[in-house]
Amino acid sequence: MTIEAATRNKLIFQLAEVLPENFLLTTKEELRPYECDGLAAYKRLPVAVALPDSIEQVQQIVKICSQLQVPVVARGAGTGLSAGALPHEGGIVLGLSRFNKIVSIDSENLTAVVQPGVRNLAISEAASPYGLYYAPDPSSQLACSIGGNVAENSGGVHSLKYGQTVHNVMQVKIVTIDGELITLGSETLDTPGYDLLALITGSEGMLGIIVEIVVKLLPKAESVKVLMASFDSIEDAGHAVAAIIADGIIPAGLELMDKAAIHAAEDFVHANYPLDVAAILLCELDGDDIQLAEQVEKVDTLLKEKKAVAVEIADSPEEQARLWAGRKAAFSAAGRISADYYCMDGTIPRKQIAYVLKRITELSEKYGLRVVNVFHAGDGNLHPLILYDAGIEGELETTEKFGGDILELCVEVGGTITGEHGVGYEKIDQMCVQFNDAELTQFFAVKRAFDADSLLNPGKAIPTLHRCAELGGMHVHNGELPHPELPRF
Amino acid sequence: MTNITQNDITTALQDQVKQAISSNTPLSIQAGNSKRFYGHSIDENTNAKPLDLSSHTGIINYDPTELCATVQAGTKLSELEALLAQNNQILAFEPPHYPSGTNNQDTATIGGAIATGIAGPRRAYTGSVRDAILGVKMINGTGEIANFGGEVMKNVAGYDLSRMMVRSQGTLGVILSVSVRVIPQPEQNMTLAFDASQTEALSYFQELRKTNLPITATAWLNDQGLIRVSASEQVLKSCKSKIKGDEITNGGDFWQGLRDHTHEFFNKNRPLWRFSLPPASSSVIPLDDAQLLEWDGAQRWVHSNTPANIIQDIAKPHNGYATLFNSNSRIETHNNLSNMDIFPALEPALLTLHQSLKSQMDPQGIFNPNRIYRGL
Ligand SMILES: Cc1cc2nc3c(=O)[nH]c(=O)nc-3n(C[C@H](O)[C@H](O)[C@H](O)COP(=O)(O)OP(=O)(O)OC[C@H]3O[C@@H](n4cnc5c(N)ncnc54)[C@H](O)[C@@H]3O)c2cc1C
Repeated sequence: MTIEAATRNKLIFQLAEVLPENFLLTTKEELRPYECDGLAAYKRLPVAVALPDSIEQVQQIVKICSQLQVPVVARGAGTGLSAGALPHEGGIVLGLSRFNKIVSIDSENLTAVVQPGVRNLAISEAASPYGLYYAPDPSSQLACSIGGNVAENSGGVHSLKYGQTVHNVMQVKIVTIDGELITLGSETLDTPGYDLLALITGSEGMLGIIVEIVVKLLPKAESVKVLMASFDSIEDAGHAVAAIIADGIIPAGLELMDKAAIHAAEDFVHANYPLDVAAILLCELDGDDIQLAEQVEKVDTLLKEKKAVAVEIADSPEEQARLWAGRKAAFSAAGRISADYYCMDGTIPRKQIAYVLKRITELSEKYGLRVVNVFHAGDGNLHPLILYDAGIEGELETTEKFGGDILELCVEVGGTITGEHGVGYEKIDQMCVQFNDAELTQFFAVKRAFDADSLLNPGKAIPTLHRCAELGGMHVHNGELPHPELPRF
Repeated sequence: MTNITQNDITTALQDQVKQAISSNTPLSIQAGNSKRFYGHSIDENTNAKPLDLSSHTGIINYDPTELCATVQAGTKLSELEALLAQNNQILAFEPPHYPSGTNNQDTATIGGAIATGIAGPRRAYTGSVRDAILGVKMINGTGEIANFGGEVMKNVAGYDLSRMMVRSQGTLGVILSVSVRVIPQPEQNMTLAFDASQTEALSYFQELRKTNLPITATAWLNDQGLIRVSASEQVLKSCKSKIKGDEITNGGDFWQGLRDHTHEFFNKNRPLWRFSLPPASSSVIPLDDAQLLEWDGAQRWVHSNTPANIIQDIAKPHNGYATLFNSNSRIETHNNLSNMDIFPALEPALLTLHQSLKSQMDPQGIFNPNRIYRGL
């Protein structure tokens, strides 16, 4: 669906009237950097890119697009892994990178008012002098924007204890497709009317443009410990995860790496991981000193009871950083041992971890492709990385098929196709596996209430009823990822 | 056996909804009726038929290590909480039961707790009702059964309709079952009490908010501040030296009284107002009536005959709002209260959005019409 020349001309003319010169990009060279997000397998050039710096400009842009019936794709930092910010060939990209100010920090109410283009990590940095931080920590936090985090409901290593974005945002202001500025949520602990704040969180740019966010800040933990347990079988590691939770302990983070992941990471960053074991669990605990000491003792005992062959406890920040280093570098490490890899993001009930990992191993043998498993075990959020070589004829297709099987397996055991990366353009077909027609129809109804003409990020997140075909994933060619500087979780 | 029966009940409910859609008859969705006082009465101006979920009961799935329980909406809160307690788990939002009647009958259901979104003393420390929602199964506005969310901790597939059902008070669909995240039950609770004016208590709570102490409730009334701390014995011992106040023995009853509004503070024949304010707000309610503060000051209760517009105008400049939580005397004051909005007015653009969402999700307008706002 491309744009007619007359509409294009009107669009550019009208946008140029409301935006300063360098806020509107229209040439191929200027548009190129916006052709994809963190999932570079999908690329498209938009008609134009608008980079406003005020809410009024956003309202004007949206009104122009709405009047001309031109699609609008919001874009934060472009680190998304599901092609959510992939441009529409007949539409514009509305980039929010100029909205990069932390408006205020309220050290009494423990909140911060931020613009959507602010980087996730910048919030914690600004809050740090007050002894506060913003909890959700996607590993892209150096680069990803808070607006993108809200749009994806992003998680991180610490989501197990501190929640995802939806649990840490108080209020957002959105510009609707009609150009109205609306406040959702409030500075209090609840708000009159429907919980549209929950609805907008994770809505992938399909319901409104997020132009301001009030986030919740937390006091920093008094102290932190990291435990690393090694296991001779992945099942044992899976059982240990369940045992910790069953004992009433919610660790700040609980991550699992299988043998392939351990070896890849160790070769890359030399974290001093044991190489002769089947799996390791990394468990981070935090709290005040007495509480923490109690928990460390309990978890240590539990891990040993659940057949951990060794448990290492890291007290100092340096040792902790060393243990985390391998985990954080695991995606890049996988990129070093294979020409390409393909990252899945399903979530499953914890008790199914051992079973699903076994099935993935079987599938791996069936398809003749290696898999590296490194994931948020505490909340059952898997990130299997399928290793393949796009240079080999047909291997990408085999990989996609394998990936599709994994996602369907996640749904089959009571899980979901995406825990934190979003559906975007990439997983739109798997939505048909997870939702039936009545459910999809309900999503369309919600969409119509916000955006009757379907101009906001069309073709993403929610498939039309007749679209249920191929499967997708995160493609990496020759280890060249977009944003190679970021640690990968 | 139970499954078959429950399926039959589900089908019967679905049939009733379909019938209501085809005959354009509004439905008044109910179960335990413990929170019937909350919001506009549905029966007032419509010929609504009751849709009763009180027999749609049972635990569908509960595995403590999954930190998730899936239950039919009509299941009693007391039953669910008893089951969780056997496994040392609790609902993080400590939902009120509001027992009523002469022998204080406890009829509250999980469906009602989710639909109203009302949370108890713990809310400010371990999260709200919607924070705990993982999934919902509902009958929608076309009479179909639809599932949103699920039982896993993280799920970003599709719009988050399950969380949006919280506080929608039955106006967007019939909640059939819910999956809620549960949390470990702390080993012990301790309540500390200290004398303080409202201002002193608020500033002390504010100080505590910047720590990581395991506080799970605070309150202020009658010139006394109260703090509940929940942890292991050893941690509680250390908290005694870190938090001011003397330990009281009947703490459990006190917090339950606040949760359920059975505390004598709530025994008044005047309208009960609930103020929701940013937590760090100071003593901002200039009314002569007694006040009860919870959630570090983010939730404040006042029984008052002061006109509604004056009360609502107190909250506004502080970025908060006031709700007529319980008119307590609906019959006598019917005339002056029934014409006003119980919930604070929404900005026009926001109201329009609510209306279009309602008409998209409930095209015939049959689900609990006008319960929250007129026209919704
Ligand atoms: C190395 C790496 C590691 C990652 N690790 C994690 C992780 O640990 N956890 C995790 O959850 N994700 C992770 N991600 C994915 C990604 O970083 C997150 O999804 C992030 O929230 C995207 O933010 P962004 O600003 O880059 O958004 P973009 O990619 O620009 O956009 C993402 C989506 O949000 C929409 N959007 C963006 N801004 C707005 C706005 N202001 N208003 C409305 N819609 C908007 C876009 O239309 C698009 O649909 C990782 C990505 C990379 C590259």
